[in-house]
Amino acid sequence: MKVTMKLMATSCLTLTAAMAQADGHMANEMTIVSWGGAYSASQQGAYHDPYTEKTGVTIINDESSAEAVAKLRAMNEAGNVTWDVVDVVASDAIRLCDEGLAMEIDPDEMLADGHDGSKASEDFGDLLVSDCFIPQIVYSTTVGYRTDLVGDTPPTEICALFDTETYPGKRSLEKRPINNMEWALLCDGVAKDDVYDVLETEEGQAQAFAKLDTIKDDTIWWSAGADTPQLLADGEVIMGSTYNGRLFALIEEEKQPVAMLWDAQVFDLDGWIIPTGLSDERKARALDYIMFATDTQRLADQAKYISYGPARKSSAPLVGKHATLGIDMAPHMPTDPENAKNTFLYNYSWWADYRDDLDAKFQAWLSK
Amino acid sequence: MSDSVIAADGRPLKASLNRALRRQKLRALALIAPLLIFILVSFVMPIADMLFRSVENEIVENTLPRTVTALEGWDSSSDQVPGEEVFEALYTDLAIAVEYKSHTRLGSRLNYEATGISSLFRKSGRRVKKFDTDIYAEVFAAADPAYADPGQWAAWMSDDTVRAQLPVTTSAYDDWAQMIIDTDGDIPAEETPWNFVYTALFQDAAAGASLPIAVDVSTVEPVSLRAEFGDLDDKWLDPEVWQTIKIYSPKFTNGYFLNSVDLMKGPEGVESRPENQQIYIKLFVRTLIMSLSIMGMCVLLGYPIAWLLANLKARTANLLMILVLLPFWTSLLVRTSAWKVLLQQQGVINDTLVWIGIVADDNRLELINNQTGTIIAMTHILLPFMILPLYSVMKTIPPSYLRAAKSLGATDWTAFWRVYFPQSVPGIGAGCILVFILSIGYYITPELVGGTKGVFISNRIAYHISSSLNWGLAAALGTILLAIVMALYWAYDKIVGIDNVKLGG
Repeated sequence: MKVTMKLMATSCLTLTAAMAQADGHMANEMTIVSWGGAYSASQQGAYHDPYTEKTGVTIINDESSAEAVAKLRAMNEAGNVTWDVVDVVASDAIRLCDEGLAMEIDPDEMLADGHDGSKASEDFGDLLVSDCFIPQIVYSTTVGYRTDLVGDTPPTEICALFDTETYPGKRSLEKRPINNMEWALLCDGVAKDDVYDVLETEEGQAQAFAKLDTIKDDTIWWSAGADTPQLLADGEVIMGSTYNGRLFALIEEEKQPVAMLWDAQVFDLDGWIIPTGLSDERKARALDYIMFATDTQRLADQAKYISYGPARKSSAPLVGKHATLGIDMAPHMPTDPENAKNTFLYNYSWWADYRDDLDAKFQAWLSK
Repeated sequence: MSDSVIAADGRPLKASLNRALRRQKLRALALIAPLLIFILVSFVMPIADMLFRSVENEIVENTLPRTVTALEGWDSSSDQVPGEEVFEALYTDLAIAVEYKSHTRLGSRLNYEATGISSLFRKSGRRVKKFDTDIYAEVFAAADPAYADPGQWAAWMSDDTVRAQLPVTTSAYDDWAQMIIDTDGDIPAEETPWNFVYTALFQDAAAGASLPIAVDVSTVEPVSLRAEFGDLDDKWLDPEVWQTIKIYSPKFTNGYFLNSVDLMKGPEGVESRPENQQIYIKLFVRTLIMSLSIMGMCVLLGYPIAWLLANLKARTANLLMILVLLPFWTSLLVRTSAWKVLLQQQGVINDTLVWIGIVADDNRLELINNQTGTIIAMTHILLPFMILPLYSVMKTIPPSYLRAAKSLGATDWTAFWRVYFPQSVPGIGAGCILVFILSIGYYITPELVGGTKGVFISNRIAYHISSSLNWGLAAALGTILLAIVMALYWAYDKIVGIDNVKLGG
């Protein structure tokens, strides 16, 4: 009897201690969701490590950004949101905001002022595309080509994608309408400013599909960002679209015979959202992290690890050299004046409307 | 006579036996109860919940209750825009929905059906508070200061005679009160009602209701909400938007199911989707045909291997068995990626063929990113599921039967076809069911090696779950897939007989 009592008492104590510890642990932990790979590594170096050093908060990385919208919706329905800060592309942030799954952010209240004293709302400027979105980087979807497979006249403009006579061989494009439809119209003589107006009409959509038809048999359609770099490295394709950071790694880190075609690169944004439904304590911690991680210096620091442009105007002058390669990063930024001579800005609200419709048509077209 | 048989405890034997049997059944049930409950909670219920989403459509009525009621009187097949009363209802509904932030969610729901509604709702949500309806609050406050007094409002709205007099105002006020409690935690009796409540009051007054304090509203120029919405975005004056709202206003819809068989709901009933959007039937058919081909390939390749395994010496057979199982233990992604390296145009197989000289260098075979790629990779991945049941059935067929057949004069072929093969059929049946059902729901391999023409219906389901967030459509597609599998299983049972399937001995 005595032994049992003693045993019970001990196990009770251990349990309480364990729970207390778990609680204490929780209080100093946050889960940050991102894309994994080189991108998460750049955030680890630029944001997570300094933040942990400063505050003692442990950061747990979750690599679920690709399914973040679906997972957040499921968590929200189950009433148990386990993520504190989530890295998503701007179009996903808009949808999360629409669904009420992301918290609204007041940039001037909740974000740090720029290095140069400007207000956060001015510093980020037009990049604040949704009330819930805190932009982090500007990246672009652009085209890379094999320098050894394009002959003596390397391509200089986007329409080389559709020029199968000069550049015979396979191309790789993303398996979705976004970007491809715009490029098709640009190369079919539509002016840059008219692209979305034309794409709104049935005839315009047919025109874009007709242009894409000319290269349909020469195209490998990718769905993961790593596909095009791999296809280029294997010589499976002579050119292909992907994110500029992936091409940077292929060219500068892996030294493959590949060059970039910055022409008509499509700018897109990636940044943070904070889910709704967090406890006050977790919300405060998430906001504190965001305030720290999106200040001028921190955003500039991320460019040391990956070739994406910082979203703050005030960060641009602070961009330095690559952390391991030691090369100047500024010329590799999509926003560098030399690279950004001809750019295309992804129209978020237009795609929010037309995405479902055009995607159905695009998939039907693909399977024809 | 039978009643008179008595058991040892004095009860009729029949009752006593029944009781014993019942007790046994209960005990058996209690023993499996943990498993049963676990399966119910973690498997059956989530699936049922997911499938239910394929018909569930409460969001429209929950978000726009007044509009849905007001639209009942509107003929959706007419090309007329609904009247002022519908816009009045929409104004109140939208003003409340904006505070709950549910209007954008409804917008993305309806955008699946009609392109452009998503931004229409987002934009309207931003602007609905800036309508010119603020004059009503001023009119009433100018007529009598009591109308600007929150406490007075609360008193009126708890008085049943006033409530009966002012039905529109009452409903708007109640929802407003609930809303400010829910969203701001404020107390209604301390807050001045918002413009839409005064708008409702004006509508009641204009309809001739007697107000608690009489106000002459006949001199007030009413604000046309239809014009306000029209100014905001002319899509509100497009009958198509209203047809969509009306068609999708019931709590349950067959719209997702229609969509998943390339049909859609129009104002005049079910119609076919435009040809450039038809995809699902094609994908269903493709999924079935390709799963059948994969199953056929597995039988062709698996049968000889299983036969070897069953008939070789134990040591050699074990070695072979390890070779069969080895890929089974390797990660699926690794195996699929290995196929990419092998099959691509600059890959190992093409390189070898070009080196031998069978294939010209500028005309390499396309073995991947099409149906061939999917069939090759999936046959390889699913082969063990065919070999293992075949092997375990073949292991039980005594070799002496074949010897007996031969000693009675059968040729090798006759002995195999008439004696051995019929006994191995249950293994083929089991293997086929396993491979077919696994492949029909496969997703990651077709996605990686299937290109555009080698993807399955499950890839679209995955897209709607994780990218487009159209869970209703994903659930409808999933339900149809489940129904097809069950129908095929039923057909198999009728034709071959499920008793004829053996997974082993």
